[in-house]
Amino acid sequence: MIGRDLLGIEDLERSEIERILDTADHMREIGTRDVKKVPTLRGRTIINLFFEASTRTRASFEIAGKRLSADVINFSPGSSSLKKAESILDTAKTLDAMDPDAVVVRHEVSGVPRRIADVLEAPVINAGDGAHEHPTQALLDCFTVRQVKGRIDGLTVTIVGDILHSRVARSNIHAFRKLGAEVRVAAPPTMLPIAIEETLGVKAFTSLREALDGADVVMALRIQNERLAGAFFPSVREYSATFGIDRAKLHYAKEDAIVMHPGPINRGVELSHDLTDHRPSVILDQVRNGVAVRMAVLYLFAGRAPRAAGPPGPGAGA
Amino acid sequence: MSRLLIRRGRVLDPATETDAVADLLLVEGRVEALGRDLRAEDVSVVDASGCWVCPGFLDLHSHLREPGQEYKEDIGTGGRAAAAGGFTAVACMANTHPVNDDPAMTDFIIDRAEHDSPVRVYPVAAATKGLEGQVMTEMAALVAAGAVAFSDDGKTIMDSGVMRRVLEYSRLVEAAIITHAEDRTLVAGGVVNEGPVSTRLGLPGNPAIAEELLVARDLLLARHTGAHLHVAHVSTRGAIDHIRRARDAGVHVTAEVSPHHLTLTDEQALEFDTNAKVAPPLRSAEDRDACRAALCDGTIDAIATDHAPHALHEKELDFREAPPGMIGFETAVAVVLDLVRNREITPLEWVRRMSTNPARILRVSGGSLAHGAVADVTIVDPTRVWTYDPVKGYSKSVNSPWAGQTLEGRATHTIVGGEIVYDVERGILI
Repeated sequence: MIGRDLLGIEDLERSEIERILDTADHMREIGTRDVKKVPTLRGRTIINLFFEASTRTRASFEIAGKRLSADVINFSPGSSSLKKAESILDTAKTLDAMDPDAVVVRHEVSGVPRRIADVLEAPVINAGDGAHEHPTQALLDCFTVRQVKGRIDGLTVTIVGDILHSRVARSNIHAFRKLGAEVRVAAPPTMLPIAIEETLGVKAFTSLREALDGADVVMALRIQNERLAGAFFPSVREYSATFGIDRAKLHYAKEDAIVMHPGPINRGVELSHDLTDHRPSVILDQVRNGVAVRMAVLYLFAGRAPRAAGPPGPGAGA
Repeated sequence: MSRLLIRRGRVLDPATETDAVADLLLVEGRVEALGRDLRAEDVSVVDASGCWVCPGFLDLHSHLREPGQEYKEDIGTGGRAAAAGGFTAVACMANTHPVNDDPAMTDFIIDRAEHDSPVRVYPVAAATKGLEGQVMTEMAALVAAGAVAFSDDGKTIMDSGVMRRVLEYSRLVEAAIITHAEDRTLVAGGVVNEGPVSTRLGLPGNPAIAEELLVARDLLLARHTGAHLHVAHVSTRGAIDHIRRARDAGVHVTAEVSPHHLTLTDEQALEFDTNAKVAPPLRSAEDRDACRAALCDGTIDAIATDHAPHALHEKELDFREAPPGMIGFETAVAVVLDLVRNREITPLEWVRRMSTNPARILRVSGGSLAHGAVADVTIVDPTRVWTYDPVKGYSKSVNSPWAGQTLEGRATHTIVGGEIVYDVERGILI
């Protein structure tokens, strides 16, 4: 049985992840129809509560909700204006009083969806919190790998880039490990979080060549703009030369390795131009599958029978 | 004529090395007599059977928030919370608004405390003007006004040259310089201990080395200047090693540790509870165990709460924005009695770290039940079981990681200058 909220992959059992992916398989077919809409969530209200700016993830959730006939409302208060003025929990409780069937939350600080879920009646779906988790991204990545490779068990997945600041990395580490893959991370030492091997069960490399040796999946992470110049690596040129993926470096991986990226891409930094646009890159498959996976998530988490009216009970957390 | 007889308690007085069941007679604000079956006329009597009778507990480190942030706490509510926790005196840090960097502000705090607080309040003045780490304060005038030590606390003096001068100059007034030793450039926005927890949660980590480096610097400066350095809220094994070596080498250093660093670890933050956010952060189990051992073997001299009230709406901010700190007056006794229950420390040595040593560090009266000593007494029932509800507590704030927990051990009477100011059955009495 899946819990009330989707806050992180770390909380999920393997069977729960597989159930979401299997549901997404059905949802994908809807996106191929002439009329890309089913009445499954008709009459349900979904609020996209995005404290941190996002275009892609928000659009993906919005399309997913609309394909299921839910009413989707976007609410983007912007972190800076809120920070000092109103507490996040007040904002969330205000929206909750409008009786949504799910609240999709993104925030630039780890843990905010969790704290919101503690006080909300509606299920909370984490659309990315700080450097903590981005569960739907990991689910769509697993879905894409399963689609292309036919399996996840026994594969080797190498995640390259700013692991320290990446929620995508953390969620993917949990997801791929739970589904039976070996996960490696590769980054300059300044971008590897302390004790990552024993804490998250991965192998950490500072040599890209060693990290890619025998890899089935190569996932490049975005270098955030604010870190492009600064304390964690000396220059874009040096980063791109040492950790940027191009066809030459891809030869270290298995011959049939695929290349992934959560987007948006700094072209020529994390990935070379031609790799971005052509196979074995599956970047647009990831985007396409993102809608199907989020439809599955909304169906499973927002599609339940409405709760009986009344005040929330104590300890309403997941 | 004020006369109080405390009967049949286990008297624990580190100053006279007393650990015996006896009666204690307080007359006119002084300790009059200690002995078996004392007889006295016209006295109020407190039956302390089964309880510990100790020299009044002194909290070296607290934030009373007045003036300027009375929505979090004020000298009256903070003083009442301290009394309810068994403290007969507290030292309050200078980060008020305006900052306590001027004799007039020290005067104000002392004056307000005389009117509003049931316990003694000892102001710790800023070491530099405005806590800006540049120009030292008028230490002689501040001491004359009643300041007992100097500290920029959480606004660590990063300029080593300024810290050297502050330590040197403090020898003029013979007061401790209290250091909150964290290198800000290494903290770098960290909000939890750097370790497996920060890695799992994706929260910026504050590394142990940030504390160790500044403790090492300040110990070298203390050695160089001959000043009295007091290290606030030690939280890392590395810092303890530095302190131990420096003391062995003759450096005049004292140190304190908080109840939370003695009992909790960084895993307290796993649920993103901002009440677990504190500076320095809760550390690893290894660090916590090193703090316990160092307190017990005497490397760390004192327990200090770092009582830091913050309003609920501030603690409801996200983990990065929420201010660090937790309240601690009312839970400290129960929380740190854990060390006695585990037989890591004897009751007498425990009392030394709650009372005698803090008084010695600040060079104030108290910490003794010798004949003629000031009649500040704390009576503790070490086995009393109670449930802590901060909403019903005396502090204005509720930011405690122990909220809702069942605790063991509690102060039953707090006696200041021979007057009972708190009684667990009746509450605050003045």
